[in-house]
Amino acid sequence: MRSGGMPRIETYLDWNASAPLRPQATTAMTEALARCGNASSVHRWGRMARREVERARTAVAALAGASPADVIFVSGGTEANHLALQGPGRQRVLVSAVEHSSVLHAAAAAEQIPVDGDGIVRLDALADLLVANPSPALVSVMLANNETGVMQPVAEIAELAHAHGALFHCDAVQAAGKIVLDAAAFSADLVTLSAHKLGGPPGIGALIANTEVDLTPLLRGGGQERGRRSGTENLPGIAGFAAAAEAAAAEIGVYDRVRALRDALEAEITAIAPDAVVLGAEAPRLPNTAAIAMPGTAAETQVIALDLDGVMVSAGAACSSGKVGPSHVLKAMGVAPDVAGSTIRVSLGWDSTEADVSHFLEAWTALYRRRRGFAEEARAA
Amino acid sequence: MTTTPAHPLPGNGANTPPIYLDNQSTTRLDPRVLEAMLPYFTEHFGNPHSTSHVYGRIAAEAIERARGEVAALISADPREIVFTSGATEANNLAVKGAARFARAHPRDVKTRDHIVTLPTEHKCVLESCAQLEREGFAVTYLPVEPNGLVALDKLAAALTERTLLVSVMAAHNEIGVIQPLAEIGALCRARGVLFHSDAAQAAGKIPLDVEAMHIDLLSISGHKVYGPKGVGALYVRRRPRVRLLPLIDGGGQERGLRSGTLPTPLCVGLGHAAMIAASEMTGEAARLRGLRDRLYQGLARRVPELSLNGDPERRLAGNLNLTFPGIEAPALIEACPTIAISTGSACTSATVEPSYVLRALGLPDTLANSAIRIGLGRFNTAAEADFAVDALAAGAARLTDQSRLQQRGRIPT
Repeated sequence: MRSGGMPRIETYLDWNASAPLRPQATTAMTEALARCGNASSVHRWGRMARREVERARTAVAALAGASPADVIFVSGGTEANHLALQGPGRQRVLVSAVEHSSVLHAAAAAEQIPVDGDGIVRLDALADLLVANPSPALVSVMLANNETGVMQPVAEIAELAHAHGALFHCDAVQAAGKIVLDAAAFSADLVTLSAHKLGGPPGIGALIANTEVDLTPLLRGGGQERGRRSGTENLPGIAGFAAAAEAAAAEIGVYDRVRALRDALEAEITAIAPDAVVLGAEAPRLPNTAAIAMPGTAAETQVIALDLDGVMVSAGAACSSGKVGPSHVLKAMGVAPDVAGSTIRVSLGWDSTEADVSHFLEAWTALYRRRRGFAEEARAA
Repeated sequence: MTTTPAHPLPGNGANTPPIYLDNQSTTRLDPRVLEAMLPYFTEHFGNPHSTSHVYGRIAAEAIERARGEVAALISADPREIVFTSGATEANNLAVKGAARFARAHPRDVKTRDHIVTLPTEHKCVLESCAQLEREGFAVTYLPVEPNGLVALDKLAAALTERTLLVSVMAAHNEIGVIQPLAEIGALCRARGVLFHSDAAQAAGKIPLDVEAMHIDLLSISGHKVYGPKGVGALYVRRRPRVRLLPLIDGGGQERGLRSGTLPTPLCVGLGHAAMIAASEMTGEAARLRGLRDRLYQGLARRVPELSLNGDPERRLAGNLNLTFPGIEAPALIEACPTIAISTGSACTSATVEPSYVLRALGLPDTLANSAIRIGLGRFNTAAEADFAVDALAAGAARLTDQSRLQQRGRIPT
């Protein structure tokens, strides 16, 4: 996506951090923001708000292949992950080593399931962990990784978890809207969704929770969301989330084009720079994400240089992109520290164009040649 | 002062929506706030934590401006403001966060495991306290006076060496009463007890000064001050530092107290709403007081047995909580479809039980069942107040006649 702002062209390739609001979501929210009403009030203003919330619940359920009664609206992916990991009250929690920091922090005492070199959960290791301790567990593995786009074999993981009496939670924040989701097909008991990653507004998300799962609420109070999440319903956010979910599902085909763009970008990089590394390239991945290492150049340096050229990418997850430190995801994959430290995340979206890719390649190549020039000069000296 | 025209008064049989008189439940988004928010939904959509690029930096700067605006409303430092998803979360974080931190760090805080609150607090405070009781904390629910206010001598007597926290709502959501915050704050400070106040209804309506009032934790809601839903804030004192265990942990945003991507447009909306409320508070309170008194006096003339619940003086300018003896509140609400009012807090308004708040004031169930709440707000006019008088008086008269007829056996019950 390009912003035509003067004096320079700006190319946004940080869609995994946040996506722009879809026009359908803008319309839905603008309408909802102009109305007033508390969805829990019994008068007409309240009843109108309630109808809107329930309509939205159906739309969000449809995106995840779930039933409307399973949808709990929350403030976002981070809260949903906390409710999913802490709500069932399972003593034992197993999380993959590449989970989002909100999952890792929600269950600080969790045992970690190792991943292979591509970042995929080792099913044998998960089975060993489950066999080793019979106490009922909760297994949490994301559908697709936010830094590399690598997708997990969630159907197998769910089956394994269930075979050992464990609940299965799947953080689908990055995958939703980019690939077809079907919570029923991979039979997750709990699924996390975030609106702003799929073209809805920030500040709203959902936990899809099988109604048979007994959840202790994180936020207590008025008893909204069937007592599972108190607080006045954020109606405009919910309406925007639903509109974005519907649009994302309807336009999922656009990701074939996005995949082609991403693949072309990666092919071009490896042609220009034989020493460049695309992480997780051998694994099934989301169609929009590329984690690319330019060995010898710190990720922060790349991000700043690209930003000066008008190209916006990130050095990893946005939440921690203000901090300096190696990515726990790449570390878990066994990526050498120098490679991990020189990896940037390029993430495309439904509006991304060939021009965006060319702009990125131009800026990246210029930096690469500059850096290689310095390196050669240094060697000559 | 409003930029929107008052919507037309509902006529006979016309399909205009009822006049909105439920501003303690939620408020209409001020169009000026909407205007401030919109660019952050659309062109400035960057993740405010992606500060490596300009999209993220624009969002981050807007959030910091908003933080300053919220802080200014309560005379706090911007660094003391933690954005949350609303007042429910802020109250949960304040009460549970303070208690759990004290338990997790017994060396920092002498064994303090006792909380004092009021039985009239909002459900989210009461439910948080109930959860803490299950975790082994002791909670005192200090009875209030019949006017809804806390008696300071009784509060002082309830504090022990083990008391960690006092949580008292600044202005009440059902009966509108304003508690003596400065006095409670001084008392708590003198006894080394933390003071939390749920100011969801008070912020932007009455002057609040966390320094002068010695408030350590204060909860704010966006949608109660003509700002957006889905956002609120918790003030957390820095000097002396108040420490909390976060409820939602992860990316480490909000100084580790509240992780999760900040919703830039909602934060901007809360900031703008706070700024407008701060600049218009004095005049608006006087205007609302005038409307409220006009409504109350007009109604009292036509419904002689009418009574007001909660202290008549120390209450929010726009709030009335009225008992219509002999009339069931749900029936009255149904008899007045042209106005939107409620029996009490929205969260529980679908339940048929009488308000626990009115019961705590000592009202018998029959009277508690006959009470309605009216919340006048920024967009209500004098004509609407007069219209409400007519609607309620006529509705009440109809119901009274009906019950008299029923008592005489003239119509079947």
